[in-house]
Amino acid sequence: MSATRLPELLANNYDDLLASWIAIQQSQGRRVSPAEEKAHANESREFLALLRQAVENGNVKDVNRAEWDGVRDFLGNLSASRAKGGYTPSQTATFVFSLKQAIFEVLRKEVTEPRELADEIWKATTLLDQLGLYTTEAYQKSRDEILVRQQHELLELSTPVVRLWDNILALPLIGTLDSSRTQVVMQNLLEAIVSTRSDIAIIDITGVPAVDTLVAQHLLKTVAAARLMGADCIISGIRPQIAQTIIHLGVDLSEVTTKATLADAFSIALRRAGYAVAPLAKKSSD
Amino acid sequence: MERIPILKMGEFLLVTIQVDMHDRLAMTLQNDLTESIVKHQSHGVLIDISALEMVDSFIGRMLSNIANMARLLDAETVVVGMQPSVAITLVELGLPMTGIRTALDVEKGMANLRESVLLSTKNHVGPIV
Amino acid sequence: MLVQSSERLELHAPEDVVIARQTVRRGAVALGFNLVDQTKIVTASSELARNTVIYGGGGAMVMEVVKNGYRAGLRLTFEDQGPGIANIDLALKDGYTTGGGLGLGLGGAKRLSDEFNISSEPGQGTRVTILRWKGL
Repeated sequence: MSATRLPELLANNYDDLLASWIAIQQSQGRRVSPAEEKAHANESREFLALLRQAVENGNVKDVNRAEWDGVRDFLGNLSASRAKGGYTPSQTATFVFSLKQAIFEVLRKEVTEPRELADEIWKATTLLDQLGLYTTEAYQKSRDEILVRQQHELLELSTPVVRLWDNILALPLIGTLDSSRTQVVMQNLLEAIVSTRSDIAIIDITGVPAVDTLVAQHLLKTVAAARLMGADCIISGIRPQIAQTIIHLGVDLSEVTTKATLADAFSIALRRAGYAVAPLAKKSSD
Repeated sequence: MERIPILKMGEFLLVTIQVDMHDRLAMTLQNDLTESIVKHQSHGVLIDISALEMVDSFIGRMLSNIANMARLLDAETVVVGMQPSVAITLVELGLPMTGIRTALDVEKGMANLRESVLLSTKNHVGPIV
Repeated sequence: MLVQSSERLELHAPEDVVIARQTVRRGAVALGFNLVDQTKIVTASSELARNTVIYGGGGAMVMEVVKNGYRAGLRLTFEDQGPGIANIDLALKDGYTTGGGLGLGLGGAKRLSDEFNISSEPGQGTRVTILRWKGL
Protein backbone atom coordinates (compact mmCIF):
# COMPACT_ATOMS: atom_id res chain seq x y z
CA MET A 1 0.00 0.00 0.00
CA SER A 2 1.69 3.18 -1.13
CA ALA A 3 1.72 6.02 1.33
CA THR A 4 -0.60 8.95 0.94
CA ARG A 5 -0.34 12.41 2.33
CA LEU A 6 -4.09 12.60 2.78
CA PRO A 7 -4.06 12.01 6.56
CA GLU A 8 -1.58 14.79 7.12
CA LEU A 9 -3.31 17.15 4.70
CA LEU A 10 -6.68 16.54 6.28
CA ALA A 11 -5.28 17.21 9.73
CA ASN A 12 -3.51 20.44 8.75
CA ASN A 13 -6.31 21.93 6.69
CA TYR A 14 -9.27 20.55 8.58
CA ASP A 15 -11.21 23.70 9.35
CA ASP A 16 -10.70 25.29 5.95
CA LEU A 17 -11.65 22.04 4.23
CA LEU A 18 -14.84 21.73 6.23
CA ALA A 19 -15.86 25.32 5.59
CA SER A 20 -15.14 25.12 1.88
CA TRP A 21 -16.97 21.80 1.51
CA ILE A 22 -20.09 23.13 3.25
CA ALA A 23 -20.01 26.17 0.99
CA ILE A 24 -19.75 24.02 -2.15
CA GLN A 25 -22.71 21.88 -1.03
CA GLN A 26 -24.81 24.93 -0.40
CA SER A 27 -24.06 26.36 -3.81
CA GLN A 28 -24.63 23.07 -5.65
CA GLY A 29 -27.54 21.53 -3.86
CA ARG A 30 -31.21 22.25 -3.99
CA ARG A 31 -32.70 25.11 -2.06
CA VAL A 32 -33.15 24.16 1.55
CA SER A 33 -34.54 25.73 4.69
CA PRO A 34 -32.14 27.20 7.26
CA ALA A 35 -32.90 24.24 9.51
CA GLU A 36 -31.92 21.79 6.79
CA GLU A 37 -28.83 23.85 6.06
CA LYS A 38 -27.79 23.56 9.67
CA ALA A 39 -28.44 19.81 9.62
CA HIS A 40 -26.32 19.42 6.49
CA ALA A 41 -23.51 21.36 8.09
CA ASN A 42 -23.61 19.07 11.12
CA GLU A 43 -23.64 16.02 8.91
CA SER A 44 -20.64 17.32 7.03
CA ARG A 45 -18.80 17.99 10.28
CA GLU A 46 -19.52 14.49 11.50
CA PHE A 47 -18.53 12.85 8.24
CA LEU A 48 -15.27 14.73 7.93
CA ALA A 49 -14.32 13.72 11.45
CA LEU A 50 -15.04 10.08 10.64
CA LEU A 51 -13.14 10.37 7.37
CA ARG A 52 -10.13 11.83 9.12
CA GLN A 53 -10.12 8.95 11.61
CA ALA A 54 -10.44 6.38 8.87
CA VAL A 55 -7.61 7.64 6.66
CA GLU A 56 -5.23 7.78 9.59
CA ASN A 57 -4.65 4.09 9.06
CA GLY A 58 -3.23 4.85 5.64
CA ASN A 59 -5.63 2.66 3.70
CA VAL A 60 -7.44 4.77 1.15
CA LYS A 61 -7.86 2.01 -1.38
CA ASP A 62 -10.35 -0.37 0.10
CA VAL A 63 -13.35 1.09 1.92
CA ASN A 64 -14.68 -2.32 2.87
CA ARG A 65 -12.01 -2.84 5.47
CA ALA A 66 -12.79 -2.58 9.15
CA GLU A 67 -11.30 0.89 9.66
CA TRP A 68 -13.97 2.24 7.29
CA ASP A 69 -16.92 0.63 9.13
CA GLY A 70 -17.80 3.86 10.93
CA VAL A 71 -17.78 5.87 7.71
CA ARG A 72 -19.93 3.33 5.86
CA ASP A 73 -22.34 3.13 8.73
CA PHE A 74 -22.70 6.91 8.71
CA LEU A 75 -23.26 7.02 4.94
CA GLY A 76 -25.81 4.21 5.22
CA ASN A 77 -27.80 6.18 7.77
CA LEU A 78 -27.47 9.37 5.77
CA SER A 79 -28.76 7.69 2.62
CA ALA A 80 -31.67 6.20 4.50
CA SER A 81 -32.71 9.53 5.95
CA ARG A 82 -32.27 11.31 2.62
CA ALA A 83 -34.33 8.63 0.89
CA LYS A 84 -37.07 9.12 3.45
CA GLY A 85 -36.76 12.86 3.11
CA GLY A 86 -37.47 12.74 -0.59
CA TYR A 87 -34.00 13.64 -1.84
CA THR A 88 -33.02 12.18 -5.21
CA PRO A 89 -30.14 9.71 -5.46
CA SER A 90 -27.98 12.40 -7.10
CA GLN A 91 -28.68 14.89 -4.38
CA THR A 92 -27.64 12.30 -1.87
CA ALA A 93 -24.46 11.26 -3.62
CA THR A 94 -23.51 14.90 -4.08
CA PHE A 95 -22.79 14.97 -0.38
CA VAL A 96 -19.70 12.85 -1.03
CA PHE A 97 -18.79 13.98 -4.53
CA SER A 98 -18.78 17.65 -3.61
CA LEU A 99 -16.05 16.86 -1.11
CA LYS A 100 -13.79 16.06 -4.05
CA GLN A 101 -13.70 19.65 -5.14
CA ALA A 102 -12.82 20.84 -1.67
CA ILE A 103 -10.07 18.26 -1.31
CA PHE A 104 -8.59 19.06 -4.72
CA GLU A 105 -8.31 22.68 -3.68
CA VAL A 106 -6.35 21.64 -0.60
CA LEU A 107 -4.16 19.29 -2.63
CA ARG A 108 -3.37 21.96 -5.20
CA LYS A 109 -2.36 24.30 -2.45
CA GLU A 110 -0.27 21.84 -0.43
CA VAL A 111 1.24 19.45 -2.97
CA THR A 112 3.55 21.30 -5.28
CA GLU A 113 5.38 18.53 -7.09
CA PRO A 114 3.31 17.74 -10.23
CA ARG A 115 3.71 13.97 -10.22
CA GLU A 116 2.96 13.76 -6.53
CA LEU A 117 -0.06 16.01 -7.01
CA ALA A 118 -1.40 13.80 -9.78
CA ASP A 119 -0.88 10.75 -7.60
CA GLU A 120 -2.66 12.26 -4.60
CA ILE A 121 -5.55 13.49 -6.75
CA TRP A 122 -5.93 10.00 -8.14
CA LYS A 123 -5.99 8.42 -4.68
CA ALA A 124 -8.49 10.96 -3.40
CA THR A 125 -10.69 10.46 -6.46
CA THR A 126 -10.82 6.68 -6.17
CA LEU A 127 -11.52 6.91 -2.47
CA LEU A 128 -14.39 9.36 -2.80
CA ASP A 129 -15.80 7.53 -5.81
CA GLN A 130 -16.05 4.35 -3.77
CA LEU A 131 -17.78 6.20 -0.95
CA GLY A 132 -20.10 7.98 -3.35
CA LEU A 133 -21.10 4.70 -4.96
CA TYR A 134 -21.66 3.16 -1.56
CA THR A 135 -23.97 6.04 -0.73
CA THR A 136 -25.96 5.50 -3.90
CA GLU A 137 -26.34 1.78 -3.24
CA ALA A 138 -27.40 2.34 0.34
CA TYR A 139 -29.92 4.90 -0.89
CA GLN A 140 -31.29 2.38 -3.37
CA LYS A 141 -31.65 -0.34 -0.77
CA SER A 142 -33.29 2.05 1.61
CA ARG A 143 -35.79 3.16 -1.02
CA ASP A 144 -36.55 -0.47 -1.82
CA GLU A 145 -37.26 -1.10 1.83
CA ILE A 146 -39.68 1.81 1.96
CA LEU A 147 -41.46 0.49 -1.11
CA VAL A 148 -41.65 -2.99 0.36
CA ARG A 149 -43.10 -1.62 3.55
CA GLN A 150 -45.72 0.33 1.63
CA GLN A 151 -46.54 -2.75 -0.39
CA HIS A 152 -46.91 -4.71 2.79
CA GLU A 153 -49.37 -2.21 4.19
CA LEU A 154 -51.35 -2.37 0.97
CA LEU A 155 -51.33 -6.14 1.14
CA GLU A 156 -52.73 -6.10 4.65
CA LEU A 157 -55.64 -4.08 3.35
CA SER A 158 -56.17 -6.27 0.31
CA THR A 159 -56.41 -9.65 2.01
CA PRO A 160 -59.61 -9.43 3.98
CA VAL A 161 -61.01 -12.50 5.64
CA VAL A 162 -64.78 -12.75 5.38
CA ARG A 163 -67.06 -14.58 7.76
CA LEU A 164 -69.60 -16.39 5.58
CA TRP A 165 -71.42 -18.17 8.37
CA ASP A 166 -70.89 -19.51 11.85
CA ASN A 167 -67.67 -21.49 11.73
CA ILE A 168 -67.06 -20.73 8.05
CA LEU A 169 -64.54 -18.20 6.77
CA ALA A 170 -63.74 -17.17 3.23
CA LEU A 171 -60.45 -15.76 2.01
CA PRO A 172 -60.75 -14.40 -1.54
CA LEU A 173 -57.24 -13.95 -2.89
CA ILE A 174 -56.70 -11.34 -5.54
CA GLY A 175 -53.38 -11.06 -7.28
CA THR A 176 -50.29 -13.14 -7.02
CA LEU A 177 -49.10 -14.97 -3.93
CA ASP A 178 -45.44 -14.33 -3.15
CA SER A 179 -43.72 -15.28 0.07
CA SER A 180 -44.18 -11.97 1.85
CA ARG A 181 -47.83 -11.82 0.89
CA THR A 182 -48.27 -15.39 2.09
CA GLN A 183 -47.02 -14.36 5.51
CA VAL A 184 -49.65 -11.64 5.68
CA VAL A 185 -52.35 -13.99 4.38
CA MET A 186 -51.46 -16.66 6.93
CA GLN A 187 -51.45 -14.16 9.76
CA ASN A 188 -54.80 -12.65 8.80
CA LEU A 189 -56.40 -16.04 8.29
CA LEU A 190 -55.12 -17.55 11.52
CA GLU A 191 -56.09 -14.51 13.56
CA ALA A 192 -59.57 -14.67 12.02
CA ILE A 193 -59.81 -18.36 12.87
CA VAL A 194 -59.04 -17.51 16.48
CA SER A 195 -61.37 -14.54 16.76
CA THR A 196 -64.34 -16.14 14.97
CA ARG A 197 -63.64 -19.66 16.27
CA SER A 198 -64.14 -21.08 12.80
CA ASP A 199 -63.46 -24.65 11.74
CA ILE A 200 -63.57 -24.16 8.00
CA ALA A 201 -61.79 -21.71 5.74
CA ILE A 202 -62.50 -21.38 2.04
CA ILE A 203 -59.54 -20.02 0.11
CA ASP A 204 -60.78 -18.74 -3.22
CA ILE A 205 -58.13 -18.34 -5.89
CA THR A 206 -60.34 -17.11 -8.72
CA GLY A 207 -58.43 -13.84 -8.59
CA VAL A 208 -55.00 -15.42 -8.68
CA PRO A 209 -53.79 -15.09 -12.27
CA ALA A 210 -51.19 -17.84 -12.36
CA VAL A 211 -50.31 -20.76 -10.20
CA ASP A 212 -46.72 -21.97 -10.41
CA THR A 213 -44.83 -24.25 -8.04
CA LEU A 214 -44.08 -21.41 -5.62
CA VAL A 215 -47.67 -20.19 -5.47
CA ALA A 216 -48.84 -23.76 -4.96
CA GLN A 217 -46.32 -24.18 -2.13
CA HIS A 218 -47.53 -20.99 -0.51
CA LEU A 219 -51.11 -22.18 -0.74
CA LEU A 220 -50.20 -25.52 0.81
CA LYS A 221 -48.33 -23.76 3.62
CA THR A 222 -51.40 -21.67 4.35
CA VAL A 223 -53.59 -24.76 4.42
CA ALA A 224 -51.12 -26.54 6.72
CA ALA A 225 -50.99 -23.60 9.12
CA ALA A 226 -54.78 -23.40 9.31
CA ARG A 227 -54.96 -27.11 9.97
CA LEU A 228 -52.54 -26.78 12.89
CA MET A 229 -55.09 -24.42 14.39
CA GLY A 230 -57.84 -26.97 13.94
CA ALA A 231 -59.42 -25.51 10.81
CA ASP A 232 -59.86 -27.34 7.54
CA CYS A 233 -59.40 -25.53 4.27
CA ILE A 234 -61.24 -25.82 1.00
CA ILE A 235 -59.63 -24.29 -2.06
CA SER A 236 -62.07 -22.96 -4.59
CA GLY A 237 -61.82 -21.08 -7.85
CA ILE A 238 -59.71 -23.67 -9.61
CA ARG A 239 -60.02 -22.80 -13.27
CA PRO A 240 -59.41 -25.49 -15.90
CA GLN A 241 -56.00 -24.03 -16.84
CA ILE A 242 -54.96 -23.94 -13.20
CA ALA A 243 -56.10 -27.53 -12.71
CA GLN A 244 -53.89 -28.53 -15.64
CA THR A 245 -50.93 -26.57 -14.34
CA ILE A 246 -51.24 -28.14 -10.92
CA ILE A 247 -51.27 -31.65 -12.34
CA HIS A 248 -48.34 -30.89 -14.63
CA LEU A 249 -46.35 -29.47 -11.74
CA GLY A 250 -46.99 -32.62 -9.77
CA VAL A 251 -48.27 -30.65 -6.79
CA ASP A 252 -49.96 -32.95 -4.33
CA LEU A 253 -53.34 -31.53 -3.40
CA SER A 254 -54.76 -34.88 -2.35
CA GLU A 255 -55.02 -33.79 1.27
CA VAL A 256 -57.03 -30.71 0.38
CA THR A 257 -60.60 -30.45 -0.75
CA THR A 258 -60.84 -28.42 -3.91
CA LYS A 259 -63.86 -27.03 -5.72
CA ALA A 260 -64.33 -25.11 -8.94
CA THR A 261 -66.47 -22.36 -7.48
CA LEU A 262 -66.86 -20.54 -4.19
CA ALA A 263 -70.54 -21.50 -4.22
CA ASP A 264 -69.71 -25.20 -4.36
CA ALA A 265 -67.18 -24.76 -1.60
CA PHE A 266 -69.67 -22.92 0.57
CA SER A 267 -72.21 -25.68 0.04
CA ILE A 268 -69.77 -28.33 1.22
CA ALA A 269 -68.68 -26.17 4.10
CA LEU A 270 -72.24 -25.75 5.31
CA ARG A 271 -72.80 -29.47 5.20
CA ARG A 272 -69.58 -30.14 7.12
CA ALA A 273 -70.51 -27.57 9.69
CA GLY A 274 -73.82 -29.35 10.14
CA TYR A 275 -76.13 -26.98 8.36
CA ALA A 276 -78.61 -27.55 5.60
CA VAL A 277 -80.27 -24.85 3.56
CA ALA A 278 -84.00 -25.22 3.07
CA PRO A 279 -86.56 -22.92 1.46
CA LEU A 280 -88.90 -21.03 3.73
CA ALA A 281 -92.30 -22.69 4.07
CA LYS A 282 -94.58 -21.40 1.30
CA LYS A 283 -97.64 -19.42 2.35
CA SER A 284 -100.77 -21.29 1.58
CA SER A 285 -101.92 -20.20 -1.86
CA ASP A 286 -104.54 -17.56 -2.06
CA MET B 1 -38.49 -33.94 39.93
CA GLU B 2 -40.77 -31.55 38.10
CA ARG B 3 -43.55 -33.03 36.08
CA ILE B 4 -46.34 -31.68 33.98
CA PRO B 5 -49.65 -32.53 35.67
CA ILE B 6 -52.13 -34.79 33.89
CA LEU B 7 -55.78 -34.27 34.76
CA LYS B 8 -58.45 -36.87 34.40
CA MET B 9 -61.62 -35.45 32.87
CA GLY B 10 -64.16 -38.22 32.61
CA GLU B 11 -62.87 -40.69 30.08
CA PHE B 12 -60.32 -38.22 28.76
CA LEU B 13 -57.00 -36.94 29.98
CA LEU B 14 -56.12 -33.26 29.88
CA VAL B 15 -52.56 -31.98 29.82
CA THR B 16 -51.87 -28.26 29.94
CA ILE B 17 -48.31 -27.36 29.06
CA GLN B 18 -47.48 -24.05 30.62
CA VAL B 19 -43.74 -24.09 30.96
CA ASP B 20 -40.89 -23.74 28.54
CA MET B 21 -40.04 -27.46 28.39
CA HIS B 22 -36.53 -28.78 28.30
CA ASP B 23 -36.06 -32.12 26.59
CA ARG B 24 -36.07 -34.25 29.74
CA LEU B 25 -39.36 -32.78 30.89
CA ALA B 26 -40.85 -33.55 27.49
CA MET B 27 -39.70 -37.17 27.67
CA THR B 28 -41.10 -37.48 31.19
CA LEU B 29 -44.44 -36.20 29.93
CA GLN B 30 -44.44 -38.75 27.15
CA ASN B 31 -43.89 -41.59 29.62
CA ASP B 32 -46.32 -40.26 32.21
CA LEU B 33 -49.06 -39.89 29.61
CA THR B 34 -48.65 -43.39 28.25
CA GLU B 35 -48.85 -44.79 31.76
CA SER B 36 -51.90 -42.68 32.56
CA ILE B 37 -53.76 -43.79 29.46
CA VAL B 38 -53.30 -47.41 30.49
CA LYS B 39 -54.04 -46.76 34.15
CA HIS B 40 -57.27 -44.88 33.52
CA GLN B 41 -58.20 -46.71 30.32
CA SER B 42 -58.75 -43.36 28.69
CA HIS B 43 -59.99 -43.06 25.17
CA GLY B 44 -58.82 -39.55 24.55
CA VAL B 45 -56.00 -37.19 25.34
CA LEU B 46 -56.22 -33.42 25.08
CA ILE B 47 -52.94 -31.54 25.00
CA ASP B 48 -53.38 -27.81 25.54
CA ILE B 49 -50.42 -25.89 24.13
CA SER B 50 -52.03 -22.46 24.18
CA ALA B 51 -49.32 -21.23 26.54
CA LEU B 52 -46.46 -22.43 24.37
CA GLU B 53 -44.78 -19.61 22.52
CA MET B 54 -42.56 -21.96 20.60
CA VAL B 55 -42.71 -25.48 19.29
CA ASP B 56 -39.46 -26.82 17.85
CA SER B 57 -38.76 -30.14 16.15
CA PHE B 58 -38.18 -31.92 19.46
CA ILE B 59 -41.48 -30.84 20.96
CA GLY B 60 -43.19 -31.51 17.64
CA ARG B 61 -41.78 -35.00 17.62
CA MET B 62 -42.91 -35.48 21.21
CA LEU B 63 -46.46 -34.57 20.25
CA SER B 64 -46.36 -37.00 17.32
CA ASN B 65 -44.97 -39.75 19.54
CA ILE B 66 -47.68 -39.18 22.10
CA ALA B 67 -50.37 -39.34 19.43
CA ASN B 68 -48.96 -42.52 17.92
CA MET B 69 -48.45 -44.27 21.25
CA ALA B 70 -51.90 -43.25 22.43
CA ARG B 71 -53.44 -44.61 19.27
CA LEU B 72 -51.80 -47.96 19.91
CA LEU B 73 -53.51 -47.87 23.27
CA ASP B 74 -56.85 -47.08 21.63
CA ALA B 75 -56.87 -43.44 22.60
CA GLU B 76 -57.12 -40.44 20.29
CA THR B 77 -55.04 -37.35 20.85
CA VAL B 78 -56.02 -33.79 20.05
CA VAL B 79 -53.57 -30.92 20.32
CA VAL B 80 -55.35 -27.66 21.01
CA GLY B 81 -54.65 -23.98 21.24
CA MET B 82 -51.65 -23.59 18.98
CA GLN B 83 -50.76 -19.91 18.71
CA PRO B 84 -50.83 -18.43 15.18
CA SER B 85 -47.16 -17.43 15.21
CA VAL B 86 -46.23 -20.94 16.33
CA ALA B 87 -48.31 -22.47 13.53
CA ILE B 88 -46.71 -20.22 10.93
CA THR B 89 -43.24 -21.04 12.24
CA LEU B 90 -43.90 -24.79 12.34
CA VAL B 91 -45.04 -24.74 8.74
CA GLU B 92 -41.93 -22.80 7.74
CA LEU B 93 -39.77 -25.20 9.77
CA GLY B 94 -41.17 -27.96 7.63
CA LEU B 95 -42.29 -30.27 10.41
CA PRO B 96 -44.95 -32.50 8.83
CA MET B 97 -47.01 -33.08 12.02
CA THR B 98 -49.29 -35.43 10.14
CA GLY B 99 -51.36 -37.83 12.14
CA ILE B 100 -51.85 -35.25 14.88
CA ARG B 101 -55.37 -34.00 15.33
CA THR B 102 -55.76 -30.39 16.17
CA ALA B 103 -58.51 -28.13 17.42
CA LEU B 104 -58.76 -24.46 18.22
CA ASP B 105 -59.30 -24.78 21.96
CA VAL B 106 -60.18 -27.17 24.77
CA GLU B 107 -63.91 -26.89 24.13
CA LYS B 108 -63.63 -27.80 20.46
CA GLY B 109 -61.03 -30.42 21.29
CA MET B 110 -63.40 -32.11 23.72
CA ALA B 111 -66.20 -32.06 21.15
CA ASN B 112 -63.80 -33.61 18.66
CA LEU B 113 -62.84 -36.38 21.08
CA ARG B 114 -66.42 -37.09 22.10
CA GLU B 115 -67.39 -37.42 18.47
CA SER B 116 -64.61 -39.85 17.69
CA VAL B 117 -65.33 -41.94 20.78
CA LEU B 118 -68.97 -42.06 19.75
CA LEU B 119 -68.00 -43.19 16.29
CA SER B 120 -65.70 -45.89 17.56
CA THR B 121 -68.28 -47.18 20.03
CA LYS B 122 -70.74 -47.41 17.17
CA ASN B 123 -68.22 -49.55 15.35
CA HIS B 124 -67.76 -51.74 18.35
CA VAL B 125 -71.39 -52.64 18.73
CA GLY B 126 -71.56 -56.39 18.40
CA PRO B 127 -74.30 -58.58 17.01
CA ILE B 128 -77.55 -58.67 18.93
CA VAL B 129 -77.70 -61.92 20.79
CA MET C 1 -21.50 -4.74 9.36
CA LEU C 2 -21.33 -3.11 12.76
CA VAL C 3 -21.72 -5.15 15.90
CA GLN C 4 -23.63 -3.10 18.44
CA SER C 5 -23.74 -5.58 21.29
CA SER C 6 -22.63 -9.07 22.08
CA GLU C 7 -23.73 -11.62 24.65
CA ARG C 8 -22.28 -15.08 25.25
CA LEU C 9 -24.06 -18.08 26.70
CA GLU C 10 -22.42 -21.37 27.60
CA LEU C 11 -24.37 -24.41 26.39
CA HIS C 12 -23.62 -27.62 28.22
CA ALA C 13 -26.72 -29.07 29.83
CA PRO C 14 -30.10 -29.70 28.16
CA GLU C 15 -31.56 -27.00 30.42
CA ASP C 16 -29.25 -24.52 28.71
CA VAL C 17 -31.31 -24.96 25.56
CA VAL C 18 -34.23 -23.37 27.41
CA ILE C 19 -32.01 -20.54 28.62
CA ALA C 20 -30.82 -20.01 25.07
CA ARG C 21 -34.42 -19.70 23.85
CA GLN C 22 -35.24 -17.19 26.55
CA THR C 23 -32.10 -15.18 25.84
CA VAL C 24 -32.89 -15.01 22.14
CA ARG C 25 -36.51 -14.09 22.85
CA ARG C 26 -35.31 -11.24 25.02
CA GLY C 27 -32.94 -10.08 22.30
CA ALA C 28 -35.57 -10.26 19.58
CA VAL C 29 -38.11 -8.37 21.68
CA ALA C 30 -35.55 -5.68 22.49
CA LEU C 31 -34.84 -5.23 18.80
CA GLY C 32 -38.54 -4.81 18.09
CA PHE C 33 -39.14 -7.94 16.04
CA ASN C 34 -42.78 -8.76 15.30
CA LEU C 35 -44.18 -11.85 16.98
CA VAL C 36 -43.80 -14.22 14.04
CA ASP C 37 -40.18 -13.20 13.45
CA GLN C 38 -39.45 -13.57 17.16
CA THR C 39 -40.88 -17.06 17.14
CA LYS C 40 -38.90 -18.00 14.07
CA ILE C 41 -35.53 -17.02 15.45
CA VAL C 42 -36.28 -18.46 18.89
CA THR C 43 -37.26 -21.76 17.29
CA ALA C 44 -34.16 -21.78 15.10
CA SER C 45 -32.00 -21.09 18.15
CA SER C 46 -33.63 -23.97 20.00
CA GLU C 47 -32.71 -26.37 17.20
CA LEU C 48 -29.13 -25.16 17.01
CA ALA C 49 -28.61 -24.95 20.75
CA ARG C 50 -29.80 -28.51 21.08
CA ASN C 51 -27.39 -29.65 18.36
CA THR C 52 -24.56 -27.94 20.19
CA VAL C 53 -25.37 -29.65 23.47
CA ILE C 54 -26.28 -33.09 22.18
CA TYR C 55 -24.13 -33.59 19.10
CA GLY C 56 -21.40 -31.08 19.75
CA GLY C 57 -20.64 -32.16 23.29
CA GLY C 58 -21.35 -28.68 24.56
CA GLY C 59 -20.26 -25.26 23.41
CA ALA C 60 -21.54 -21.73 23.36
CA MET C 61 -23.95 -19.34 21.72
CA VAL C 62 -23.06 -15.75 20.96
CA MET C 63 -25.92 -13.34 20.38
CA GLU C 64 -25.10 -10.09 18.61
CA VAL C 65 -27.10 -7.08 17.54
CA VAL C 66 -25.72 -6.06 14.18
CA LYS C 67 -26.28 -3.07 11.97
CA ASN C 68 -25.82 -2.82 8.25
CA GLY C 69 -26.15 0.81 7.37
CA TYR C 70 -29.81 1.31 7.86
CA ARG C 71 -31.15 -1.96 9.12
CA ALA C 72 -30.62 -3.92 12.28
CA GLY C 73 -30.55 -7.64 12.86
CA LEU C 74 -29.97 -10.35 15.42
CA ARG C 75 -27.09 -12.67 14.73
CA LEU C 76 -26.56 -15.93 16.58
CA THR C 77 -23.42 -18.03 16.42
CA PHE C 78 -23.33 -21.56 17.80
CA GLU C 79 -19.94 -23.09 18.31
CA ASP C 80 -18.74 -26.43 19.58
CA GLN C 81 -15.53 -28.48 19.57
CA GLY C 82 -17.38 -31.69 18.86
CA PRO C 83 -16.94 -34.36 16.21
CA GLY C 84 -17.88 -32.04 13.35
CA ILE C 85 -20.02 -32.84 10.33
CA ALA C 86 -18.56 -34.88 7.51
CA ASN C 87 -21.15 -34.14 4.85
CA ILE C 88 -22.81 -30.77 5.34
CA ASP C 89 -25.12 -31.04 2.33
CA LEU C 90 -26.47 -34.31 3.61
CA ALA C 91 -26.92 -32.88 7.09
CA LEU C 92 -28.95 -30.01 5.70
CA LYS C 93 -31.41 -32.38 4.08
CA ASP C 94 -34.53 -32.97 6.09
CA GLY C 95 -34.93 -36.34 7.63
CA TYR C 96 -31.21 -36.94 7.83
CA THR C 97 -29.88 -37.74 11.26
CA THR C 98 -27.26 -39.84 12.92
CA GLY C 99 -28.89 -39.48 16.28
CA GLY C 100 -32.28 -41.09 15.92
CA GLY C 101 -34.18 -37.84 15.74
CA LEU C 102 -35.97 -36.41 12.73
CA GLY C 103 -32.90 -34.48 11.79
CA LEU C 104 -34.68 -31.21 11.07
CA GLY C 105 -32.31 -29.12 13.12
CA LEU C 106 -29.98 -27.62 10.54
CA GLY C 107 -32.31 -27.47 7.58
CA GLY C 108 -35.08 -26.08 9.72
CA ALA C 109 -32.88 -23.41 11.27
CA LYS C 110 -31.78 -22.38 7.79
CA ARG C 111 -35.35 -22.06 6.57
CA LEU C 112 -36.27 -19.93 9.54
CA SER C 113 -33.42 -17.47 9.07
CA ASP C 114 -32.58 -14.73 6.59
CA GLU C 115 -28.94 -15.75 6.50
CA PHE C 116 -27.30 -19.04 7.39
CA ASN C 117 -23.66 -20.04 7.51
CA ILE C 118 -22.05 -23.25 8.58
CA SER C 119 -18.48 -24.38 8.82
CA SER C 120 -17.56 -27.78 10.09
CA GLU C 121 -14.88 -30.39 9.59
CA PRO C 122 -14.75 -33.87 11.07
CA GLY C 123 -12.72 -33.63 14.25
CA GLN C 124 -12.69 -29.85 14.21
CA GLY C 125 -15.99 -28.87 15.68
CA THR C 126 -18.86 -26.98 14.18
CA ARG C 127 -19.83 -23.36 13.89
CA VAL C 128 -23.26 -22.28 12.71
CA THR C 129 -24.30 -18.66 12.30
CA ILE C 130 -27.83 -17.48 11.62
CA LEU C 131 -29.13 -13.99 11.18
CA ARG C 132 -32.56 -12.44 11.07
CA TRP C 133 -33.05 -8.84 10.00
CA LYS C 134 -35.64 -6.77 11.71
CA GLY C 135 -38.59 -6.74 9.36
CA LEU C 136 -41.62 -4.61 8.96
